Amino acid sequence: MKMRGLTLFEKVWNDHIVAGETPATPAVLYVDLHLIHEVTTPQAFALLHERGLPVRRPDLTLATMDHSTPTTPVFSFKDLAVVGESAARQIAQMEKNCKDFGIELLGFESEARGIVHVIGPELGATQPGKTIVCGDSHTSTHGAFGALAFGIGTTEVGHVLATQCLLQRKPRTLSIEVTGQLAEGVCAKDLILAIIGQIGVDGGTGHVLEFRGPAISSMGMEARMTICNMSIEAGARAGMVAPDDTTFEYLHDRPRSPKGSEWDRAVARWRELVSDPEARFDRSVSIDAQSLEPMVTFGTNPGMVVGVNSPVPADDVADPSFRKALEYMRVEPGKPLSANQVDVVFVGSCTNSRLSDLQQAADVLKGHKVAAGVRMLVVPGSVQVKKAAESIGLDRIFIEAGAEWREPGCSMCLGMNGDIVGNGQLCVSTSNRNFEGRQGIGARTILASPMTAAASAVRGRVADPRTIE
Amino acid sequence: MQPVTTIHSRTIVLATRDIDTDQIIPARYLTSTERQGFGKALFHDLRYDKNGDVIADFPLNKPEAAGCEVLVAGNNFGCGSSREHAPWAMLDYGIRAVISTEIADIFRNNALKNGLIPIVVDTDTHAWLLEHPGVEVDIDVRAAKLTITGDREVHFQIDAFARFCLVEGIDQLGFLQKQLEAIQIFEEKRSWKP
Ligand code: SF4
Repeated sequence: MKMRGLTLFEKVWNDHIVAGETPATPAVLYVDLHLIHEVTTPQAFALLHERGLPVRRPDLTLATMDHSTPTTPVFSFKDLAVVGESAARQIAQMEKNCKDFGIELLGFESEARGIVHVIGPELGATQPGKTIVCGDSHTSTHGAFGALAFGIGTTEVGHVLATQCLLQRKPRTLSIEVTGQLAEGVCAKDLILAIIGQIGVDGGTGHVLEFRGPAISSMGMEARMTICNMSIEAGARAGMVAPDDTTFEYLHDRPRSPKGSEWDRAVARWRELVSDPEARFDRSVSIDAQSLEPMVTFGTNPGMVVGVNSPVPADDVADPSFRKALEYMRVEPGKPLSANQVDVVFVGSCTNSRLSDLQQAADVLKGHKVAAGVRMLVVPGSVQVKKAAESIGLDRIFIEAGAEWREPGCSMCLGMNGDIVGNGQLCVSTSNRNFEGRQGIGARTILASPMTAAASAVRGRVADPRTIE
Repeated sequence: MQPVTTIHSRTIVLATRDIDTDQIIPARYLTSTERQGFGKALFHDLRYDKNGDVIADFPLNKPEAAGCEVLVAGNNFGCGSSREHAPWAMLDYGIRAVISTEIADIFRNNALKNGLIPIVVDTDTHAWLLEHPGVEVDIDVRAAKLTITGDREVHFQIDAFARFCLVEGIDQLGFLQKQLEAIQIFEEKRSWKP
């Protein structure tokens, strides 16, 4: 009998089933890499303490601190001033928990520290075919390598710490075929915003997305990470891209990638991780990359997107939620976003804080100044990204243009560490969420690519990067 | 965990679509290392204005909302981050069930693990509930049944295992720990090691 073909997701899923799903019980799914950070773990460790349980596989657990950590430049990390007593306590608690349970912590002194979704790939810990979880919804980022990676809650963090497994119902699959190639000045961020605009912020609920097609195959790993990172913004469980030579080249010789003959065996195994031609997806959509222009959001969720030069749409004005979003953003239907004065520009976050992102922003900014009245913050995703950027002089470009160059962390993406957008201020941000109050109380967020963010910094208004010489 | 079998309450209505976890509990309140006490921060920036004053016409702040345990919310409730602080805050405040036409995956998972009942209903029922705040509802978890104003019955989907754990008051970690032998065998037999 001929087997029906399998999707990439199904191959990875099947490879990790400890006990199969039944109508009465979910599957027991094995986790290969558990990433943890300071905000979503203290209560999970407390549970282990209460029950006297050890961490089952500290060797498959990797910890860092990124969310509530300061990003102001200092000479020694010891001098870093953490904002707020409770954030400081949370950080101290993380250090203690990792020590108590024997988990490696890439802490303040570590050269490998950074945003959890930046350092996993950077270290080569993120690999094709792995199951990767973290108490953080943007864990979907790691799917760019053909891993099955998704965010979990704190109770589940406790489950994984104690058993290295999760109870899961099998999600459905959604193929997103991207045809054609992106035009000059248009990048991965624009594409994923367009996809979310097309399928909606709940378009992926219950599904694992697989991004396919020529535009995806020709993308570098950092661009693929940007795409998979925002799968959750379409409500998806996870996003994946089949691994290929681009993936293997990226991973080769990373600190934690396989070495020698193990590398060859791993690559042979990874090459199998593609959806079979006869595989069936539960749903499929397609989008043409060719016709896309730079995209920006105009509302308070990532599905409210429009081309950078297009007016704010007016078709949904009868819907109270839509009107409420526009009122919050203080934008008017029928008018372009460039009508609004920009106060802050943020380049950073696990969506767009890698070297290529910073390079793209710097290329636009070079030879220009940040407009008067605009504050621009550039926050690299990790210590390694920061060093690499400095070694090619990107920091100089940012500083000379009048931007602030910071230490790595989540920073203004969620404003937990004191880097916030002021009440009522308009921020063009390369992060992933434009929710009300995400970047600070009353902050108005416009999501954009690093190029669009840099162009907007130069103009002081939302601007098309293709118009900056 | 305490068993959750029935809920009887009037409803509070928040008709807005896509209420995300940042609205349910803003990130600046996530620095606590406890599970309790997040109720104070629930919907903080919707409940209080810039000066910290109560916004009187926000549904949770209305006198008739006092004691209500069931929230009816617009489509796609709980989208955004994986923070379990969102259901913790709702439970700590006293909300024990949320009804919508769609509830985001991670939020739903987190809710079920803490005894907050996520209920997805059809659009007609939802529209009616949105238009009639304060109606009496009965939720029977075992029967997966929502009864509105004592007479209109609506069945909802709830994962069989999650329901079993809820009504028996069993926590899922106990179930996983019973699999430890199978987990060990899985680890030993795999063709590759992570
Ligand atoms: S950068 Fe933002 S989205 Fe990414 S992990 Fe940090 S807080 Fe979450």
